[in-house]
Amino acid sequence: MNIELFFQYIAGGITYGFIYAIVAIGFNIIYNTTGIINFAQGEFVMLGSMTAITLNAFLPLPVAIVLSVLITMLVGAVIEILFFRWLESPTVLRMIIITIGLSIIIREIALAIWGVNVRALPYFTGNEVSSVSFWGVHISPQVLWVIGVCSMMVLALQLFFKYSRFGRQMRACADNREAARLCGINTKNMVTLSFVLSAGMGATAGCVVSPITYSQYNMGVPLAIKGFTVAILGGLGNSLAAVAGGLILGILESLSVWIMPSAYKDAIAISILLLILFFRPRGLFGRKEDLREF
Amino acid sequence: MALLSAKGLNMSFGGLKALKDVSFSVEPGTIKALIGPNGAGKTTLFNLISGYLKPNSGVIVFDGRQIQGLPPHRIASYGIARTFQHIRLFPGMTVLENVMLGLHTHTRSGFLSSMLRLPRTRNEERFVREEAMQVLKMMGIEDLADREATRLAYGQQRIVEIARALAQKPKLLLLDEPAAGLNIRETRQMGILIHQIRQSGVTVFIVEHDMSLVMEISDEVMVLSYGEKIAEDHPLAIQKNEEVIKVYLGEEDAQN
Amino acid sequence: MKGERIKIGLLCLLLVLIDLITTSVARTYYLTQLTMSLYYTLVVLGLVLLMGYAGQISLGHAGFFAIGGYTTAVLSTYNLLKYKDSAVVKVSSELGLLTLRENLYGEQILSFHPWIGVLLSLVIAATVAYLIGIPVLKLKGHYLAMATLGFGIIVYRIVLGTPIFGEADGVSDVPPFVILPGLSISGQMDERRANYYIASLLVVVVVYLMTNLINSRVGRALRAIHGAEDAAESAGVDTAEYKLKVFVMSAVIAALAGAFLTHFNGGIGPSEASVMKSVRYVAIVAAGGMASIWGGLTMAMLLNFLSLRGYFGQYDDAVFGAVLILIMLFAPEGLLRVNPAGLLKNIFKRS
Repeated sequence: MNIELFFQYIAGGITYGFIYAIVAIGFNIIYNTTGIINFAQGEFVMLGSMTAITLNAFLPLPVAIVLSVLITMLVGAVIEILFFRWLESPTVLRMIIITIGLSIIIREIALAIWGVNVRALPYFTGNEVSSVSFWGVHISPQVLWVIGVCSMMVLALQLFFKYSRFGRQMRACADNREAARLCGINTKNMVTLSFVLSAGMGATAGCVVSPITYSQYNMGVPLAIKGFTVAILGGLGNSLAAVAGGLILGILESLSVWIMPSAYKDAIAISILLLILFFRPRGLFGRKEDLREF
Repeated sequence: MALLSAKGLNMSFGGLKALKDVSFSVEPGTIKALIGPNGAGKTTLFNLISGYLKPNSGVIVFDGRQIQGLPPHRIASYGIARTFQHIRLFPGMTVLENVMLGLHTHTRSGFLSSMLRLPRTRNEERFVREEAMQVLKMMGIEDLADREATRLAYGQQRIVEIARALAQKPKLLLLDEPAAGLNIRETRQMGILIHQIRQSGVTVFIVEHDMSLVMEISDEVMVLSYGEKIAEDHPLAIQKNEEVIKVYLGEEDAQN
Repeated sequence: MKGERIKIGLLCLLLVLIDLITTSVARTYYLTQLTMSLYYTLVVLGLVLLMGYAGQISLGHAGFFAIGGYTTAVLSTYNLLKYKDSAVVKVSSELGLLTLRENLYGEQILSFHPWIGVLLSLVIAATVAYLIGIPVLKLKGHYLAMATLGFGIIVYRIVLGTPIFGEADGVSDVPPFVILPGLSISGQMDERRANYYIASLLVVVVVYLMTNLINSRVGRALRAIHGAEDAAESAGVDTAEYKLKVFVMSAVIAALAGAFLTHFNGGIGPSEASVMKSVRYVAIVAAGGMASIWGGLTMAMLLNFLSLRGYFGQYDDAVFGAVLILIMLFAPEGLLRVNPAGLLKNIFKRS
């Protein structure tokens, strides 16, 4: 094995790992405030990148990205208001099925708008052949963009939850919804906010990664499954653990190309998912008591 | 010989010790009550006996058999039935069907014979229906047989839950706060019912907050506080036990 | 029980009536799609038992359908002639498990008899369901949904990425399944009506067995598990065993449907194993009202027939997605139990 190639693969794994982590954090945000796993989480990533690509045709790249993130956030809000806000104590099964249905509808609408074509945003800096060299390892500058933007998002989210009023209210909701409601927090708005936040994060991740992975109307489902794997791997609800889980999965997938055909790459995530579910459903870093029965 | 006995039960959740070295026994044909302040570990103890939790250490012997750590359905088949603090009836099923489920361990029909409706299965079904009806009559609720169980009044639901447990023909009946949410008249009727159950030969182990009910019906009372057994005696002696009084008064103080 | 018997009688009558009408107006080609719908209905019925009665969601049932279809497809098409001197093939041949036939191009093909294929597909589906059911059914809610979804995707990836399963093309030229001399499962024109009745018979038998099951000790236990699992346990129901048995049963029914439909269609492709198919089955069960055999049956026949006739056009998947959302939002009890006036009142009250 060539050591330089090895690091190249690691870098690729880290890139994907961060995207998985962002999707996982999107799962966590909504799960924490509502107890729902939003099966349509991957669709936010798809919507963000596809919208940005369309807007980029007549707007400068930064404007296109910001607009597309805002649009996706709006979609997140609309989804919450239309499909969840007014349900009175729905069962888990009911909510699972609704989010699955949503993911299908969003995908079908995307298919109707954008067709089956594979598209991509341009590289933020340089182009597909430019590279930055670290100790002899060549990395595309876009990889640095992905790592940078995603870590900033994770950091900002931590600060948001710790210091901002809304963030604290959302955490209160996650701990004990009833108590939060009695303290005068509008829990319904917090749920909407959680959809907006996770839609925004997903869309941003979709934009930064689009030049490397390309975008297509059906990119959401695999991302959702891998994001969920990562969320479970780290322990559901824990954002920093999701980053660790994301990096583990990304790097494992990337290195797997050495020992098996790349057609089976997706099977790695699913095998990890099943193993974790069967043997350690609280996740690698979760404590037993953290596992909510659901 | 005791019908149920436990030795050195320990149970902790994370850092919290819910039960510390608890030992006790329940004699056949008696009514034993388990009391203690909230969070004393009463329901935990019930969950250990009925198999929902596995003790960290300790032994539970029922009817000559070690049962700690066995799955609940196995323990049920040995002759322990229970009710729940929060009533657990089956939605979408009638009162009769709920009680018929109590006879599950006394019947055998499996998937294949049920699908084919073999004669044996049909006979068994008739037997189950009659037996369940018998239990309803005994409890005086036969006229509710075809009502949907979860839509009944609260007090009636309690009775149905006990009927389901009795249909299991248990040797030991665990009642987790049977009088919770009942009014004074219903509570008195519950007391009479529990007496009748004991009269019919079923041993009763009961968790209850209503002290007058406990003192009136039980042969023996055991007191838990913060997971430790602090007393086990006749009702009258318990009422005079200093430590018990301290625990309960202490709780009152804390509440005031 | 009497009511159920009458309903089953009416179902038989209706199925015969459909045949008589389509035949008399010379529209027998409808029978082809009806037969296919009947097979898909079988999958839905198994899922009604699993989801509606035992309360366990499965987003991987297309996987079991595909296991059934692909097993018999491969066994009945894989040419063993080049291995004809190997011990296994010789023994199989001695036991009469093999058949020799000529395919469309006049090529000699020695393969397993479809009887073997179909039986083995059921055995494999049961084994797989049993093995994954033990860990999977310990899970609840989202975890169970994701685990079964993961299983479905793995099956899909395997059939899509493995040469023996024909990769993206699937397996074609699957021979008819001769059940008895003169009676076979195949898509040939002159056997259309016979095949319609075979599929109808299967559905009626499954409905009969299921109504018996639900109104029995086992059915009560299943409903109890769905309603209050802990209380069912304390009443002595071995919930893990019951869930596992229902899971295996519904998987076997799905595999049976897959195997028969594969012989009927003369082939199977990877789309039968796709996630969208699994979701579609769930959508139909939901539309039928989850715990309703008759609701599931009606919706399965209706939606599958419309879909197969191409009424949904390119919006096929979207239709099922929309069905899922609308049912779960407005009629979680199923379409057949909707009370329109009450629903409208509710909507207005909310907004």
